[in-house]
Amino acid sequence: MKRYDVVTTISYPKTGAMGKTGSWRVFKPIFDKAKCVKCLRCWIFCPEASIRREKDGTISIDYEYCKGCGICANECKVEAITMEREGGKK
Amino acid sequence: MAIKDFPVEECILQGNAACPGCPATMALRMVFKALGKNTVMVVPACCTAVIESLYPHTSFDIPVMNIAFEAAAAGASGVEAALRMQGKKDTTVLAWAGDGGTYDIGIQALSGALERGTNFIYICYNNQIYSNTGIQRSGATPYAAWTTTTVSGKTEFRKEMGDIIQAHHIPYSAQTCVSYPDDLYRKLKKAKSIKGPKYLEIMAPCPPGWRFSMEKTVEMGRMAVETGAWALYECENDVVTFNGKSKLILEKKIERKSIEEWIKYQGRFSHLFKPKKDTKRIQTLEDHIDQLWERYRKCYL
Repeated sequence: MKRYDVVTTISYPKTGAMGKTGSWRVFKPIFDKAKCVKCLRCWIFCPEASIRREKDGTISIDYEYCKGCGICANECKVEAITMEREGGKK
Repeated sequence: MAIKDFPVEECILQGNAACPGCPATMALRMVFKALGKNTVMVVPACCTAVIESLYPHTSFDIPVMNIAFEAAAAGASGVEAALRMQGKKDTTVLAWAGDGGTYDIGIQALSGALERGTNFIYICYNNQIYSNTGIQRSGATPYAAWTTTTVSGKTEFRKEMGDIIQAHHIPYSAQTCVSYPDDLYRKLKKAKSIKGPKYLEIMAPCPPGWRFSMEKTVEMGRMAVETGAWALYECENDVVTFNGKSKLILEKKIERKSIEEWIKYQGRFSHLFKPKKDTKRIQTLEDHIDQLWERYRKCYL
């Protein structure tokens, strides 16, 4: 990346500027590919850009940065995404 | 426009400092999909200044200038003038401020920039509180809502920023909501194609500020439109057009939902339901929205 020689303070773009935000998660989204109708509502509504579009039109979830808000599961009309407690059911 | 046709490019990088379920990053993603990478952004003190994360890193993949609370539009005017002198005419200048920085603190700078006819887009993401500093009341907070400075509920009604902006007779102003990506995307594309000052306001339901669970952000935005608490419209050269559900409500093709449907999910209104239902204040809220729509019908139908 190009660095600028300026007097003022300047920040540079970095993925994971606040670390691996996946550790904030309490509930984990689980994606069921068989139920997916490729509407991509989860992708557009994900506040974190943690849902990746795949070549076949479905999606995959980036667990490294997903904060586990559950918007994808709430907005999925066919319930292809469900929320599960992190580390198995207790 | 179908969701699958939206550009894939992301300008908000993962691992930023936003709360889970944040409507601001959700809106920013859609905004940058519409505006593209050739954008310079001016951000005053607001949640977005925090979402940028800590020095020496930032989670925004475009140039951003941070500026004082009241100076978003003034800063954008300066950036626009500098770009114009360098001959970079196709770069979009975007001022992105919260409702505190627009309704209350930044209104004089905004009014000045609109009056000067600066070629920029001003977006206010409206979460109806000063959420960055810890949920204080703002000019956009609705009647009876709890904030840390209005503990028993706000006693005044929110002001109509859309009408104040329309009084400047700018080429384009609009109101939209994060829950309607196609509406938001279309309005931004339109704003980008017009020369002169443009103003957009995005309804952004804030989970920690409004006290609802974080997976309901989109649902709350949709409810705000369906109950009539928020209207989707655009004003192009002084001609106001209502869009989507708001158009149907305006033309009385559908009945707007009761405001209770929206406020019962929000903890900031819980004192209206517990320990006893405060029907008087709920009715006042309802009447205020009825009055609002009557006025819209008189002016724009």
